[in-house]
Amino acid sequence: MRALRRFWALAAVPVVSILLALLVGSVLIILSSLATEKQLNLMLPFVAYESLLQGATGLSFLDVTGRTITVAFSINPDQASRAITSTLAAASPLVLTGLAVGVGFKAGLFNIGGTGQVLVGGFVAALVGSLVAHQPPVIAVTIAIVAGGLGGAVYGFIPGALKAFTGAHEVVSTIMLNSLAAFIIVGLVNDIFKITGPTFARTADVGNAALPILFGRNGNLGIVITVALVGLTYVLIYRTALGFEIRTVGANPTAARYAGMSPRRLIVLSMSLCGMFAGLAGAFEILSLGYYPAVFGTTIGFGGITVALLGRAHPVGILFGAILLGAMRAGAPAMQITAKIPIEIIDVIQGLILLFLAAEAIVPRLLRSRAEGVTPGELETVSRTYGETTV
Amino acid sequence: MDVLFGVPVLGFVLQFLAYLIDAIFTTNLPAQTLQLATPIALGALCGVMNERSGVVNIGIEGMMLTSAFVGFMAAVVVSDAMPATPGPFFGVTPALIVGVLAAVGAGMLVSALHAWLSISVRADQIISGTVINIIALGLTAYLNRLIRPSGSAGTFAPLQPPDGLLDLPIIGWIFRMFLTSGPITTSVIVLVVVLQIMLFRSRWGLRTRAVGEHPRAADTVGIDVIRVRYRNVILGGVFAGLAGAWLTLEFNASFQNGMTANRGFIALAAVIFGRWTPIGAFGGALLFMVSEALGIAIRSNPPPGDLGVFLSGIQASYPSLYNNFFGALPYLLTLIVLAGVVGRSIPPAAVGRPYVKEGAS
Repeated sequence: MRALRRFWALAAVPVVSILLALLVGSVLIILSSLATEKQLNLMLPFVAYESLLQGATGLSFLDVTGRTITVAFSINPDQASRAITSTLAAASPLVLTGLAVGVGFKAGLFNIGGTGQVLVGGFVAALVGSLVAHQPPVIAVTIAIVAGGLGGAVYGFIPGALKAFTGAHEVVSTIMLNSLAAFIIVGLVNDIFKITGPTFARTADVGNAALPILFGRNGNLGIVITVALVGLTYVLIYRTALGFEIRTVGANPTAARYAGMSPRRLIVLSMSLCGMFAGLAGAFEILSLGYYPAVFGTTIGFGGITVALLGRAHPVGILFGAILLGAMRAGAPAMQITAKIPIEIIDVIQGLILLFLAAEAIVPRLLRSRAEGVTPGELETVSRTYGETTV
Repeated sequence: MDVLFGVPVLGFVLQFLAYLIDAIFTTNLPAQTLQLATPIALGALCGVMNERSGVVNIGIEGMMLTSAFVGFMAAVVVSDAMPATPGPFFGVTPALIVGVLAAVGAGMLVSALHAWLSISVRADQIISGTVINIIALGLTAYLNRLIRPSGSAGTFAPLQPPDGLLDLPIIGWIFRMFLTSGPITTSVIVLVVVLQIMLFRSRWGLRTRAVGEHPRAADTVGIDVIRVRYRNVILGGVFAGLAGAWLTLEFNASFQNGMTANRGFIALAAVIFGRWTPIGAFGGALLFMVSEALGIAIRSNPPPGDLGVFLSGIQASYPSLYNNFFGALPYLLTLIVLAGVVGRSIPPAAVGRPYVKEGAS
């Protein structure tokens, strides 16, 4: 019973935030019917969320016909296994970008550079993957994944070093690096690495470096590696000396310095680690696609921020947060087809979840409870160091 | 001179400087820089207003984007309802006026959300800004897809001073830089100067700075910290709103998803560069955006001599990389300047910290 209460204290704010976001989202969905059906359709949110759930899990709880709703539970095993695999496949890069933000939080850093690190990691993985395309799969996949992770790490190292040695705050520098990566990589693909043949600009096939499918239609190796990384990250942060140093510098850089730790080294190291996670996310995305398209719009970088806050910057929490967001992404196409709602609603709902999480006062007040807010204490360090020079 | 231009690396540098000087004095490079710097400068004014009173605002990007969308939609609706011929002065139409007002209103509304989150709810201010950026990006994309606005309200027209004035020796150059653009660009310089004077010479400015440096001390002398912060954050939204209006009603005549392209963050860098002063931030905006203006100038009119041959050669071999490099230049320059300058730039002491009155919890 006590364990249950403890769990609720931790989960109450995220769960209620999600429900509130879905509620506000349903208002937007009702308004959308004005544009698509020329009348207010109050049933539309039920239709939409029902198809979202079905697309993400294969489960169906409601039967909506016209203006009547009946509770009718049904499950289609084939569809369910396909849907759940898709959800996991969509969740795995979000876990990684979530870690890219969450580990940063632990070190008192706010890495909004996930987008750029994803692009660089994916691009490097695609290039290296195409070079080893004819090697045996085990070797090719390993090399391509490691290359992607390293690419991301280098791209995380830059803002880390800038913060540690010049004081340039990562909130601005990582965003500049996001734009920089987007521009330069498009140019590189178009002018240097484009292959002839396809109707659109893209790099060569990664061949044997493509992520192998282990289960279902798209249950790839990345999912397994991601779960392993969650465990490793937990051990690193909570069970090693380095993790202790990272958490100390995040909680209080001054105290860390007095304790003989080097905040500069830890900042550079943590940012590189964050970059590596995001780089791996990019590598998994690209290696399962098989090539790097010049136009590679990705929103998983920003998704990582929501995931990290949903999961209270804890690796296991991040895993759950990512599965939820992954489910929304996997179910969104079905919702778009059934309910004619633009797929962008997913990004709006994601932002709304973040809003209710950030407005810590709202949910606990609603619940009249002492549920814990989600913003990690280390975030105070992020705000406090804004524009400061001494690290 | 030609001998010097022949020296391997130094020659390129000299040719570039000659091209730059020529561009500054004979082309519209200064005016173009001012135009491109306008949204950055306005965003930076929003940032100065916020941060001088102790509130970090990284949501400027989202505020601009929301304003750009709302302003554009409002202008399209009005121009459909009452088509009008553009007026003689700045090509003003009722639709454009309504659009600007709507954009400013939207900017203030989003700012009010940021103010509430960061002042009353005492949420983390960086997270609050991030929330605004993410929701703005998603919501405008969602509504844009849903409504799919057809048509456009057009844009403001640039001011056209008489040719005789522009041909005058020095005054002509000043006129060409400051008075050949649309109304929002033209008004920026005025806004910067007014805000600079207000911030350092008025009662409001003194109170703002006091609240940003030492809120407790300000509170003890009877300044309502919460009220000052609310007022500053919401008024800051006016500038973000104008920046949004510039995007869809002055510079472009349409809305594209994510069209702010991180300008809100360049504005934050301009604030830091300008040491939290309006004039300094304006200087930063000009510095960051001169690279983009120069890129446009070089691409449309390459420099003569070896440098031009060299650049044209790159352009011929790597056209996409060439263009994208110039596109990336403002971000690269911002990053470099930020790293070089931030060490000597000290923010308001209380920035980022919510204020809790003593005795209250």
